[in-house]
Amino acid sequence: MIYTDMVCPFCGCLCDDVVIETEGDRVVRVDNACTLGTHKLMTTRKDRLKGPIMRDGAGGWRDASYEEAIEYAAGVLLDADRPLLYGWSSTQGEAQGLGVSMAELLGGVIDSTTSVCHGPSILAIQEVGHPGCTLGQVKNRADVIVYWGCNPTEAHPRHMSRYTTYADGFFLQNSFRERKLIVVDIRKTETASIADEFVQIKPGGDYAVFSALRAIVRGRGAVVPPTVAGVTKEQLEKIAEICKSAKFGAFFFGVGLTMAPGRYKNVRNAIELVDELNRHTKWTLTPLRGHYNVYGSNEVFTWMTGYPYAVDFSRQIAFYNPGETTSVDILARKECDACLIVASDPGAHFPRKCLEHLASIPTVLIDPAQTVTTPLCRCQIPTAVTGIDASGTAYRMDGVPIHMKAFLDLGYPTDTEIVGRIFEKVKEVRHP
Amino acid sequence: MNELLVKNAYVIDPINRINGEVMDIAIRDGRIVEDVGPKATVIDAGGCLTLPGGVDSHTHVCGTKVNFGRYMSPEDMRAGRVARRGVKHATSGYSVPTTYANSYRYAVMGYTTLLEGAMAPLEARHTHEEFSATPLQDMMANTLFDGNWGIMNAIRDGDQERVTEIVGWTLSAVKGFGIKLTNPGGTEAWGFGKNITCIKDEVPNFGVTPIEIILAMIRACETLRLPHSVHLHCNNLGNPGNYACTVGTFNQVPDLNEKRQTLYATHVQFHSYGGSDWKTFCSKAEPVAYTVNNRPQIVIDMGQVMFGKTTTMTADGPMEFNLYRLHHDKWSNHDVELETGSGIIPVYYRRKNLVNSVMWAIGLELALLVKNPWQCMLTTDNPNGAPFVKYPEIIALLMSKKYRDAEFATVHPETGSRVVLPALDRELDWNEIAVMTRAGQAKALGITGIGKGHLGLGAEADIAIYPIRVGEVDPAQEYRKVIDAFSRTKYTIKRGRPVTRDGEVLVHGENTTIWVDPKMGPGHDISQDTEFVKMFDRYYSVRMSNYPVQDEYLKRSLRMETEAVF
Repeated sequence: MIYTDMVCPFCGCLCDDVVIETEGDRVVRVDNACTLGTHKLMTTRKDRLKGPIMRDGAGGWRDASYEEAIEYAAGVLLDADRPLLYGWSSTQGEAQGLGVSMAELLGGVIDSTTSVCHGPSILAIQEVGHPGCTLGQVKNRADVIVYWGCNPTEAHPRHMSRYTTYADGFFLQNSFRERKLIVVDIRKTETASIADEFVQIKPGGDYAVFSALRAIVRGRGAVVPPTVAGVTKEQLEKIAEICKSAKFGAFFFGVGLTMAPGRYKNVRNAIELVDELNRHTKWTLTPLRGHYNVYGSNEVFTWMTGYPYAVDFSRQIAFYNPGETTSVDILARKECDACLIVASDPGAHFPRKCLEHLASIPTVLIDPAQTVTTPLCRCQIPTAVTGIDASGTAYRMDGVPIHMKAFLDLGYPTDTEIVGRIFEKVKEVRHP
Repeated sequence: MNELLVKNAYVIDPINRINGEVMDIAIRDGRIVEDVGPKATVIDAGGCLTLPGGVDSHTHVCGTKVNFGRYMSPEDMRAGRVARRGVKHATSGYSVPTTYANSYRYAVMGYTTLLEGAMAPLEARHTHEEFSATPLQDMMANTLFDGNWGIMNAIRDGDQERVTEIVGWTLSAVKGFGIKLTNPGGTEAWGFGKNITCIKDEVPNFGVTPIEIILAMIRACETLRLPHSVHLHCNNLGNPGNYACTVGTFNQVPDLNEKRQTLYATHVQFHSYGGSDWKTFCSKAEPVAYTVNNRPQIVIDMGQVMFGKTTTMTADGPMEFNLYRLHHDKWSNHDVELETGSGIIPVYYRRKNLVNSVMWAIGLELALLVKNPWQCMLTTDNPNGAPFVKYPEIIALLMSKKYRDAEFATVHPETGSRVVLPALDRELDWNEIAVMTRAGQAKALGITGIGKGHLGLGAEADIAIYPIRVGEVDPAQEYRKVIDAFSRTKYTIKRGRPVTRDGEVLVHGENTTIWVDPKMGPGHDISQDTEFVKMFDRYYSVRMSNYPVQDEYLKRSLRMETEAVF
């Protein structure tokens, strides 16, 4: 069978032009997707658990039924004083919504992987706003592209061909030649190697460079010293001029900015630079989101609770205070006494201290395959992969909602189904 | 069979010409019927004011831009926190509340049907997802066409049929309800940081003018026989002297529909400004109202401003940037490829600010100067002029000259020289308020036929019982009682089921989404047109096959099929 216009469940680009060919329940060919997407789609059956697993009491694992695992997960959550429901970035919006309702009834904390990637971007946006647009707007109009603290060639491989440098646009005759590409990073990445201007900043210097650029754009270049974080004033002036003379500029940034020293202040300064440039011409800014539906978790959490991540229901109201109610902080303080992890891999990303605590409490993982998080858990429930054997909603990095389609049936329940069944068990005990 | 009997109701039902009759209302399976059996559940209205469920024909409660307003405003979320309780979810937010908060607060005020004022087609799925999380109201979405490339190209080529086909296909694909134009042409110009000043300016790169867009869309709307008219946010919002553009636009609108208006102009307060700059800023509500009074084909809503903190959000991206440059708080913008734009900033309307005081007066002037209440709806363009929870105060201001005078005494002292409000003695009556908050809105939206906005036999049993006895209160004097009554119903009944009682939410609820599906007949399917498909393939960032909203996004769906007459 050949399926066209399929949506890739890898990164926040959510490419929706993928062609997939199957023979029986095997994927034999993938067209249009990047290496990362192709790999995910081609190897989807590899490493998947056959069914739920639970600890056997002797340090090993035993097989369990879905019913038993769901019962266990519900019991763990009901028994907890401060349950944490973490992850939610590589799953369908429908499951995210159920997760929020369950966290609310349990009086728990719900948080997404946002808190360890673009959480600082959101804090900055909450201070100064976000001048953005959909990616098609960039594709059709942008003649200057900036990638700052990110490497789309390797992390979002089709970003440049679908939306920026290599994409054909309505208002450009020869898109590739007419667009200027500026890359700012601490090292010369693959992306930087094709830039018209590569600006190499000393690690930790982003904030200062933004401030210098803002000063120059405002006509206060006199205050800028000869070099700023390793960048010459001459180059900064050149960059500022390119930005000001753009017809439409698009600024993209990644965790190289959000997780570098200065964190959300870096992003705030970036937004304020874009804001300043809008007084001269048109500029927009877009965070390069990682997991395909991490932005969906922010959207769903927001319309349901008012906050995009790190929502604490322990006082029955929705309470939000990143730094306090974010997963890493809760784990580091050894505060939570049970954890449900859905569709993410904190084992690969969280600090050791947090993982030690995760391993010491009853932790349940809902994930299709064995991951680095598996050894830290007491129970894992495999589910279908959205975009492969489950359909559902995801939000692209620019907020465009996409319907993910299934093309295989491997017999696994969806995340929505499993979270829903756990929630049903919870409701039997804790009536709304 | 589910039966309910509302006894001793003091009914005002303008569509059925009932103005203050004490009667019983029988309900079976969600509809109003002649009578019910002896086993029906009985609610005693005790002679209290009973109206059809409220209808808001222009509000921003669901979708990409509204959610971005929440996302960027934790301070607003903290301002409206209520704990989870019983069937009620925890709620957050004051001016941009969570979907549940919107739904509960509207229900407590007796509102059962809402029109989301602006949905970008590309992001329609998001709006529908939030509709599903707005359980106590039936929802509709105005669909944005102000900067639609396919439509602007067709207008430039003089191909009206194609305009109609694109509108029909899009509404059907995104499950939209009506045609919304927000600063037509201006949102496209904003794609390169420019704007449009009025209806005769040419849209850059497209060779059409806003008035051409407006008139072509009016013709498309009538050809498709849509229930609602074109819904227009005029060009040049918020600028001194913009009333001339507003009046100029109104004067171009033909009268093409016997059942309803041909143009619904929204939040007209923001479009009725005189003066040539902020120093000379003044009210021009009189010429605008005069135009409306002489043109029955126009219906407007107030877009009333109330003092306090709120969040402004609109598809009018360039306007929001200009406003940001005045307020300097924080600014979000979101342009949508080939279609439209949007912007959001928080604002604080202050009594001590002359411009804000004049704005406050203009909204009230419009409502008092438009003679026919069926031509002026009560709105705040929620949350732009104020959050909808301010409606009861606006009702009281319109019903009481004494209240207006008391408030007027607290605004900027120079306001009197810029407005006519103090000279207006008109006090609206209960029937007029019922028109402006439900009957007129339902008629303007074209949904009386599906049983909205009235209490006749067969109507949807959406009913609001307010804890006030009309004969015992003089609204002109006792305006506080009016505010209290409209703030919290005794009962709100949705589809025959009590959903709130004395401010308490009783059920989780389940909304219905009302959308329009125009049938255009063979030869009019634009999705088979090679040029249209090519435009999609080349310039959209999603595939055409992934664009339409699937049925599964509508939990309960009410499809209004229309038959286009080309």
